[in-house]
Amino acid sequence: MATPATKIRFRESQIEMAHGAGGKASRRLVEGLFAPLLYGSSQSPLGDAAHIQINGTRIAMTTDSFVVKPLRFPGGSIGELAINGTVNDLAVSGARAEAIVVTYILEAGLPTEILEAEVRAMGQAAEKAGVVIAGGDTKVVDHGQADQMYITTTGIGRLLSGVEISPQSVRPSDKVLLSGAIGDHGITILLARGDLDLEAELRSDTRSVLPLVQGLVSVAGPGVRWMRDPTRGGVATSLNELARDCGHGIVLFEEKIPVRDSVRGACELLGLDPLHIANEGQFLAIVSSEHAESALQALRATPGGEEAIIIGEVREQPASAVLVTTLYGGSRLVDMLVGDPLPRIC
Amino acid sequence: MCLAIPGKIVEMDLQNAHLAVVDVVGVRRKVDLGLLQDEPPVPGDWVLIHVGFAMSKISEADAVDQLQTLTMLGEAEAAMQEVRGYGLENEELDKPAQRWKQ
Amino acid sequence: MKFVDEFRVPELIAKAGEEIRRLADPNRHYRIMEVCGGHTHAIYRFGLKDLLPANVELIHGPGCPVCVLPMGRIDDGLSLAAQPDFIFAAFGDMMRVPGTHGSPLEYKARGMDVRIVYSPADALKLARNNPEKHVMFFAIGFETTAPSTALTLIRAKAEGLHNFSVFCNHVTIIPAIRAILDSPDMRLDGFVGPGHVSTVIGCRPYEWIAKDEGKPVVVSGFEPLDILQSIVMLLRQLRKGEAKVENQYKRVVPWEGNRAALRAMAEVFELRPYFEWRGLGFISQSALKIRASFAECDSEQRFSVPGVRVTDPKAAQCGEVLKGVLKPAQCKLFGRECTPEQPVGALMVSSEGSCAAYYNYEHRKPVTIARAAAS
Repeated sequence: MATPATKIRFRESQIEMAHGAGGKASRRLVEGLFAPLLYGSSQSPLGDAAHIQINGTRIAMTTDSFVVKPLRFPGGSIGELAINGTVNDLAVSGARAEAIVVTYILEAGLPTEILEAEVRAMGQAAEKAGVVIAGGDTKVVDHGQADQMYITTTGIGRLLSGVEISPQSVRPSDKVLLSGAIGDHGITILLARGDLDLEAELRSDTRSVLPLVQGLVSVAGPGVRWMRDPTRGGVATSLNELARDCGHGIVLFEEKIPVRDSVRGACELLGLDPLHIANEGQFLAIVSSEHAESALQALRATPGGEEAIIIGEVREQPASAVLVTTLYGGSRLVDMLVGDPLPRIC
Repeated sequence: MCLAIPGKIVEMDLQNAHLAVVDVVGVRRKVDLGLLQDEPPVPGDWVLIHVGFAMSKISEADAVDQLQTLTMLGEAEAAMQEVRGYGLENEELDKPAQRWKQ
Repeated sequence: MKFVDEFRVPELIAKAGEEIRRLADPNRHYRIMEVCGGHTHAIYRFGLKDLLPANVELIHGPGCPVCVLPMGRIDDGLSLAAQPDFIFAAFGDMMRVPGTHGSPLEYKARGMDVRIVYSPADALKLARNNPEKHVMFFAIGFETTAPSTALTLIRAKAEGLHNFSVFCNHVTIIPAIRAILDSPDMRLDGFVGPGHVSTVIGCRPYEWIAKDEGKPVVVSGFEPLDILQSIVMLLRQLRKGEAKVENQYKRVVPWEGNRAALRAMAEVFELRPYFEWRGLGFISQSALKIRASFAECDSEQRFSVPGVRVTDPKAAQCGEVLKGVLKPAQCKLFGRECTPEQPVGALMVSSEGSCAAYYNYEHRKPVTIARAAAS
């Protein structure tokens, strides 16, 4: 337990946007400041959701916050992101979301019709995801704060049987599965801001991935080692965190990574890497090589999982790093997201 | 910054003569054609875009030509080896670039 | 044709790699400089070094317009924009470049209005949309980017916009190449010439390198096939003892350059008598300043610039890496005190900096580690 004497390892003198981007800076903040003061003696890697024991029953719990700008965008809005994001965090920890409580922080002057639209969207998303909204809280702050609205959620769920997620169980020769094309959400938000003169036929991919996770687990449960929904920081950040936690290397095959043309085009124009862009409706799974093929087929057979693909595998080298190989024998390392090229993305 | 990419002009901006909409792998962007005013491109042309400005027209003919050159790489050498195999020792044969103009 | 995928075809890349291995004389060690930061980046991104034989060495040149700016110019730009009601606008690449008191992003966190733009035209648009503020665009770039800044200034003047100015840090490539060739520690066999700068200046400006210095120059595109083909063309010349300028990037680069772009530059800019380059010192006639006829849009003519010279931190070896004398990993701070998230110098943060390219793509690769262990 932290005492007044507990020292923090976070050396920076002020908080920057990068600390909220989900990449290296975020990790420094969590590991260097929050962990020593709040997580006590817990040595387990910091994940999206916590599994806790209450009277002999294990439940999963997660919390999340949503500050996306603009509130509405092609494919969704903040209300849906809030529900799907929470359900997904629980799903990739191996749990089925049962109930969510919600906080709304509202800016004074917010038109009621905007709030109504978001709450309606939230309700519909909850129904679609099969989760109950069990309660909530509301605060209003001065005009000029909260940028219309911020939402936070806390979700609890029950563990799915037949699956045990642990980075330590990841082994060389395990395969990396991805549920579908990446980069749609982040780029959609960027275009929706309207600062750039860019247009594309793109929608956010926000959706609950629980049905896909359930489909995967029911067929290949014992072979599933680890899962993650690559939100802020993208696939590269999620896989780098895993590589660091398990100590092995992850090798991705560039030609297998699915990216829609318009996402690729926008990334080229803006000098961004699709591997660093946020996704709100995809997930990664590390599956043992014996189960990989059946896992892939299970995903592809589930509605919404048709684009699932094996994008790489776990190897001993390069230790704790992620390498992307190209068809012509070249390769490059891809690190966690550094900085914050796309702020307020979710 | 050197970052420049190819894009195809899909329509001219009716309100601003120097602007056009360019398609880059499915993303549309308004681009300034002011630097190509001596030979203005038209819809269908490909241009190289850098920081929102078209720098140059891209010649499909030259691109095709270049790819063909690359495709033939190694074929000159293969032919060379075959000929050498016949026992013809000739200085000329050691200068493939001159003999096999591409 | 999409002009991208076609130049990444694996079979052709393999062929080009084989041709390079066939052409490289095993008794020679070739030192080829790729001038442009975009080429350095492409080489690492596509893993092209893995395809070259050990005796063909690529040396990184100073063609990174952010990297060659001395820290003092960053400080100047930031202190200019520190006035109330100012908006500091710059390309994304500039945002994390360290100044003495922090990077533009850090200034933003402290309250300065700092905006990322993807075009000088975006900065002009900001000025139009914010009439009560002054927008200062921190312009960087070689001759690739200067014409776009020039055209934007022409448009700003024509519109009579009073709340827009440019802090001009455009530099020119030829003096930098000359400084490299004049440097006693550099022995080079040839150059991979900057492809996009050449769309503006054409290929003629490199002729003195071939004629007077006897080094071949091949102006190259940026796709893997382009770069490999350019190396093939260089090796062919070197094998025949030739030295001439060739244009590999024909589909985009006109031999005579872009007249309209050169005209716009001539209308708006003139050469500074001298300018300080990180690593290369003061070079005469190597940078652009805005003419008096556009004084209204020149941050330096409208406002007073501190102009303090700031030297790099002592331990940083940015200058030597920029000149190609040191490889990024040979700088004492590389990967330790200086990383992409906590950069000491611009080379570690710019998308065209060789330290950033090496760090992000190469230095922890198993093959690199194995090579280092073996040597």
